[in-house]
Amino acid sequence: MTDNDTRGSPYAPHTQTETAAMLDAVGVDSEEALFDIPEGVRFSDGFGIEPGSEREIRREIERTLSRNEDLTELLGRGHYDHYVPSLVDHLADRSEFLTSYTQYQPEVAQGFLQALFEYQSMLVELTGLDVANCSMYDAATALGEAATLAQRVRSISGDRVLVPAHVAPGRRGVLENYAAGAGVTVESYPMDDGAVDTDALEGQIGEGVAMVYAETPTVRGVIEESLSAVGEVADDHDVLFCLGSDPVALALLEEPASVGADVVIGDASTLGLGRSYGMGLGMFATREDYLRQVPGRLVGAGDDDSGRRAYTLTLQTREQHIRKERATSNICTNQAWVALRTAIHAAWLGPDGLADLAEECVRYPQDLAARLDEIEGVQAPVHDRHHFREFLARTDQPATAVAADLRERGYAVHDVGEHLLGICVTERTAETIDDFVEAMAEVAP
Amino acid sequence: MSDDPDGADTSDDAGTLGYQQARWTDSDQRYEPLLSEKDTTEVEVGGDDSPLPDDLTRDSLELPALSEPELARHYTRLSQMNYGVESGPFPLGSCTMKYNPKFTEDVAAIPDGAVHPDRPDDSVQGTLAVMAGLQDYLGRIGGMDAVTLQPPAGAAGEYAGILIAKAYHEANGEDRDEIVVPDTAHGTNFASAALAGYDVVELPSAEDGRVDLDALDAAVGEDTAALMLTNPNTLGLFERDIETIAGIVHDAGGLLYYDGANLNALLGRARPGDMGFDIMHYNVHKTFATPHGGGGPGAGPVGVKSELAPFLPSPHVRERPEGSGYERYEPEHSVGKVHGFEGNWLVLIKAYAYIARLGDPGLADASAKAVLNANYLATQLDYEVPFGPFHHEFVASAGEQDAADVAKRMLDYGVHPPTTKWPETVGEALMTEPTEIEGKRTLDQLAAAFDAVAGEDDTTLDAAPTETSARRIDQVAAARTPRLSWQALDE
Repeated sequence: MTDNDTRGSPYAPHTQTETAAMLDAVGVDSEEALFDIPEGVRFSDGFGIEPGSEREIRREIERTLSRNEDLTELLGRGHYDHYVPSLVDHLADRSEFLTSYTQYQPEVAQGFLQALFEYQSMLVELTGLDVANCSMYDAATALGEAATLAQRVRSISGDRVLVPAHVAPGRRGVLENYAAGAGVTVESYPMDDGAVDTDALEGQIGEGVAMVYAETPTVRGVIEESLSAVGEVADDHDVLFCLGSDPVALALLEEPASVGADVVIGDASTLGLGRSYGMGLGMFATREDYLRQVPGRLVGAGDDDSGRRAYTLTLQTREQHIRKERATSNICTNQAWVALRTAIHAAWLGPDGLADLAEECVRYPQDLAARLDEIEGVQAPVHDRHHFREFLARTDQPATAVAADLRERGYAVHDVGEHLLGICVTERTAETIDDFVEAMAEVAP
Repeated sequence: MSDDPDGADTSDDAGTLGYQQARWTDSDQRYEPLLSEKDTTEVEVGGDDSPLPDDLTRDSLELPALSEPELARHYTRLSQMNYGVESGPFPLGSCTMKYNPKFTEDVAAIPDGAVHPDRPDDSVQGTLAVMAGLQDYLGRIGGMDAVTLQPPAGAAGEYAGILIAKAYHEANGEDRDEIVVPDTAHGTNFASAALAGYDVVELPSAEDGRVDLDALDAAVGEDTAALMLTNPNTLGLFERDIETIAGIVHDAGGLLYYDGANLNALLGRARPGDMGFDIMHYNVHKTFATPHGGGGPGAGPVGVKSELAPFLPSPHVRERPEGSGYERYEPEHSVGKVHGFEGNWLVLIKAYAYIARLGDPGLADASAKAVLNANYLATQLDYEVPFGPFHHEFVASAGEQDAADVAKRMLDYGVHPPTTKWPETVGEALMTEPTEIEGKRTLDQLAAAFDAVAGEDDTTLDAAPTETSARRIDQVAAARTPRLSWQALDE
């Protein structure tokens, strides 16, 4: 095979002699004769897609992607850019991991199963809950699955789900679709200075609420201070309490189990993936009480014939390939390889490194907000709260104009509407931050 | 076990492969120890130096603290105790376990592609161009007018497609509450319809393994929102009556949904859009060779005919009407979101690269060789292979043997076994899809593995596997006493 040979699939190894012998064994004259397709639906026009050599295609895509502007991103709101150590790529890209399938033959897939078991265990430690599954697609679909779980739990009744007024639109949008299929409606409850207004929530929770959702940090980066109160309100009304967070935040913040969370969802790929145009890893953890209602795959420990501990997918009767329309979810293909990456990244950091990273996620936005606040025409942070990774700044100028001016200077920030900017800061050099502050001082007044 | 260990034998009678999977173990109690068994360190969190008050922080965090060399060895050992497409033959039916071209990994790692989705359109023209390009490719390949890339997996595509059908019927003032699904369909079809709030009507297959037209006629009516169909079906059979099927469903006012799991059978020979399908999903991790990653991530783009395009998820990518570059917009009657952002970008770009590399001749050849391989392998087996002629896969029957035991024993011959015991229309089913990546010699080795197992007794089968990292695992016991974390092992 040469790179310029584009006559057939470069990934089909058949020689002409072999093809002829195989056709002969099957008893047909040509490959075309194998296709049992009625004349009326035969397609012979071609797609009009020109093949290319590997070198050409790589260069073409490199050229195309170079049309993306070279911007320093201070963007978050559910998708974050943490440094991913080299170890993650090199180990996760090992082909035995990358090119394997779902572990339906556990004896030959112990490696991946163990890595997923370890991932589940890390989430159990971080959430304080009993059970974590081995992945959903992303935080938004995990939230949707939490709402359908609430519908299946017998001790809970109701067809309303309450979510914070400040929530990422994509996350809420997915939830609304999942909820609608289960006959559930989604309502907002108000925020007080960027955090849950617990009195308002208590007033709203009444009849027919199946689940209340809160986040820490919120989409605006606010660290919630009243989660125990939310947990108590939920408990008093027999409502499922679903908490949104992520593994970095959970290394520092109160344990979800200790504030009464029944389900924890979020984007676990804050570790292990980096910027990837919004691709994620849905974290899903819950109490043992709801084990039989968990969506998605679970890895468990058992024993093999040699008497050694071995791992296997378990409680599969919850899943679509067995339970069909009565399954706890339709998910099949999940984000297992991302979970492997997350586990490797978390293991690389270790408990100290993880806690240190989390503390940086509090200090960075605190320091940057303080510096921006000194600039004429900027108040930051908007909410008088502790923040994680990101915060809102209020600008005297319209936010759209400030964001556009910043972009001309090479920075991307969130235009949250009217006079609000969303600014996210993860591991950046001091120089980058200095330059950004300087740019803001030029454009904001 | 191999009769030609030096690989010099090129005769038709290839022997079985010899195989011994790595088996790391440090005691007769376990294999590679867990990270937590290598180290557990509890650190205090919060305290005087913390940027947060104590009541907002946890007290401590207990996780393994290991050095990078220790971790590198841990995960390398785990990888050696795992079997992938690059390890050996992987003819897992309905899963299309192709080789994943290496260059697509490099394409996905191009630094300019690592951007945040909330940037303004003008600043991500490169990313949007790739997405628009993939939408265009997939539309041509499926015979569809518009394609969304947002669904992050095949089942998510099914779900998005059913949401589109629902919104379409509602926009026409119709209240239809049933989805019809053949009994041989993938389990996700049933579950996706249910997730969208539909009642599922299961359609029994005819004796020839295809859709029973009388049963379809009886099942379809004014309550039918859609029929979900895989073509070729899970037996590898083309639904020859597809035009009649489409007529029955459309006459009743229903839509026709194509499950793209088996599209690798048809590239360049037939298109769902030409068969009368209104909506389809593509499994790019199957047909377009993106890696399965031990279960995911995949991507499940959805294609629709033009009358359904206004219902696609938001945002959708299109060329700017004025013709300079690309933009994201919300389709007029969008069903909204099926992913928090815009799908699994790192998977989608690999599919784009694969399609661009192969083009028309490569894609057509991929299907030709996939279909040739399935039909050839079917002729080489001692096991009975009912039905046919086949496309990308066939279903053999293990007969008096237990298909699950057959699968375990096949592992000892260095091959991943077929999908077992499904579809139920074939007793002790061995659903086999070799894909185009295997040459004749590998197929002969694969056939030798099937045949070797077919000739073995129950005692041998029951004892299998013996050459894999772990021996047979008692899955029933594991489910009876779930231990789902290292914390649970201590209880």
